[in-house]
Amino acid sequence: MTRSTVSGAAAASRSRRSRALGRLVFLGPGLTYLIVLLLIPLALVLSYTLFRRGRFGGVVYEATGENFTRLFDPLYLDVILGSLRLATIATVIALLVGYPTAYLIAMLPRKWKTVALVAIVLPFWTNFLVRIYAWIVLLSGPGLVNSTLGELGLGPFEFLYNQGTIVTGLVYSYLPLMVLPLYAAIEKLDPQLREASANLGARPARTFVSVTLPLTLPGVVTGCLFVFVPSFGNFIIPELLGGGRSIMVGNLIRDQFLKARDWPFGSTLALALIAVLVVLLLLQAWSARRA
Amino acid sequence: MRRPRLLYVPFWATYLFLYAPIAVLVFMSFNSGDSPYSFEGFSLKWYGELAGNAEIRHGLVNTLVVALGATVLATVLGTLLAVGMARHSRSKLLDAVSVLPAVLPDLVLAIGLLVFYGMIKMTLGLHSVLLAHTVFGMAFVAAVVRTRLTHADTSLEEASRDLGAGPVTTFLRITLPQLAPGIAAGALLAFTLSVDEFVIAFFTAAPTEPTLPIVIYSMVRFGVTPEINALATLLLAVSFTVVIVAQRMTRLTESLS
Repeated sequence: MTRSTVSGAAAASRSRRSRALGRLVFLGPGLTYLIVLLLIPLALVLSYTLFRRGRFGGVVYEATGENFTRLFDPLYLDVILGSLRLATIATVIALLVGYPTAYLIAMLPRKWKTVALVAIVLPFWTNFLVRIYAWIVLLSGPGLVNSTLGELGLGPFEFLYNQGTIVTGLVYSYLPLMVLPLYAAIEKLDPQLREASANLGARPARTFVSVTLPLTLPGVVTGCLFVFVPSFGNFIIPELLGGGRSIMVGNLIRDQFLKARDWPFGSTLALALIAVLVVLLLLQAWSARRA
Repeated sequence: MRRPRLLYVPFWATYLFLYAPIAVLVFMSFNSGDSPYSFEGFSLKWYGELAGNAEIRHGLVNTLVVALGATVLATVLGTLLAVGMARHSRSKLLDAVSVLPAVLPDLVLAIGLLVFYGMIKMTLGLHSVLLAHTVFGMAFVAAVVRTRLTHADTSLEEASRDLGAGPVTTFLRITLPQLAPGIAAGALLAFTLSVDEFVIAFFTAAPTEPTLPIVIYSMVRFGVTPEINALATLLLAVSFTVVIVAQRMTRLTESLS
C-alpha cells in the first residue's frame, strides 16, 4: 500500500458509500417487487385463515379458528386425503415407468442420448391444456380408442371422467419431470460399480437392488417430488379429465375463491396444501444430506 | 456396456404414451367432419375457421401483450436482482425469497394475487396478469443469470475498476456483455412460461380480456369444436420448432466456445 492513510480512509468511506448505492440500485427494484407482489399477497392469504368470511364474499376481521376445524370435516378431509392418494398413485406409476426409461437412456450411445432426452422433454414444452385435451380426443365416446375397439366388437367404454383418467393425465403431464432427475442420477453412476458387483457373483436383480437403486435414490426422491408437487395442487386435470366435480384439493380451493366466495376457508385449504409440500421438501433436503 | 433387452419394452412404451395422444390430435385437425373426435376425410377447413375466429385472435393478442410486457419487466428486474445477490448480498433469506415464485404452487400465487388486487381495489385487466407473470418470470431470469454470474470472471470487473472505470461503466461494459447469453436464455424462458401460463392468468385476468390459454380452456370445457384441434396443432408446431431451434443454438454456441 503506497496510499497515505488519510486518502485511504476517504477511499474506504467512498467505497462503502458506493457499496450501499450498489446494493440499493441492484437489489432495490427486484426486492421491492417481490415484497409487494409476492410476500404481501402470501401474508394476506396466511392472515385470512384466521378470519371469518363476509356475507357477500370478502372478509370480516373477526378472529376465529373455525376454518381450521372445518378442515377436518369429513367432507373436506376426504378431498384432501383423496388428492394425496391420487398424487401418490401418479407419482408411483411415473417412477415405475420413468426409471427403466431413464436407465436405458443413460446407457444409449452419446448421440442417441440427446435425441432421446429432447424427445422426453418436447411434449413438456407444449401447452399444458392442449396435452390434456389430446387425451379427451383419444379416449372420448366416439374417439379413436373406442372406434378401434368397436371394430373388434368391443365397447364403447366410458374411459373418461373417473379417477383412472385423472391419474393418467397427471402421469402424462409430469413424466418428463420424473425422467430428467432419474437420468441425471443414473448417468453419474460409475459403471465399474455394477461390473464389480457382477464380478463378485451378484445377479443383475441383486446388483440393481443393492448398488444401482441406493446410489440413485436422491434422483428418485427429486423425481417423485417433481411429480407429486404439481399433481397434488392440480385443478385443471381433475376438472377436464375427472368430470368437473370437486375431487381434488385444487378444485376445492378454486371453488372457494371463484364460486363459494369463502376466501378465508380457501386460504386455509391453500395453507394445508403448502404445509404438505413443505414437509415433503424438508424430507427431500434430509435425504439429500444423508446421501 | 450391455443394455438389458427387457428395458426396451418400457422405453418404447414411454415414447408411445407421450406421443400417441399428440399424433391423434394432429391427425384429427385435418378432419373434414364436424366432430372433433371421429375422422371422416381429409380437409384444411378447420384451419380456415381458425383464421376467422375473433375470440382466438383476441386471446392470442392478449397473450402476446402480456408475455412481452412481463418478459421485459422480468428481465430487467431479474438481471439486476441476480447481480445484486451475487455481488452485494450474502443473505440466505433473499436467496430463498428469490426462488419462492418458482417453487410455490401456481394456485397459491394466483389466490394471493387475487386477494391482494382485491385489497388495493385494483381493477383486473391485462395489466394485472402482466404484473403477476412478472413475479415468476423474474425468479427464473434471476436464477439463470445468477448461474452465469457464478461462472463469470470477477477479475475482469476488478481490472476495469483498477483502470479507472466507474461502477456504472464497469457494469454496462464488462458485467452486462458477459451475462448476455444468460439474460437471453432467462428472457426466453420467462416469455415461454408466460405464453403457456393458465392458472395465474385465470385468477387475475378480467373476464373480457382472456389470454389464449383461458380461451382454450373454455373451448375444452364448454362445447368443443374441431377448431381447437387445428389450434392445438399449430401451437405444437410452434413449440416444437422453438425447442429444436433453441437446442441447435445452444449446441452451436457450445461448439463455438
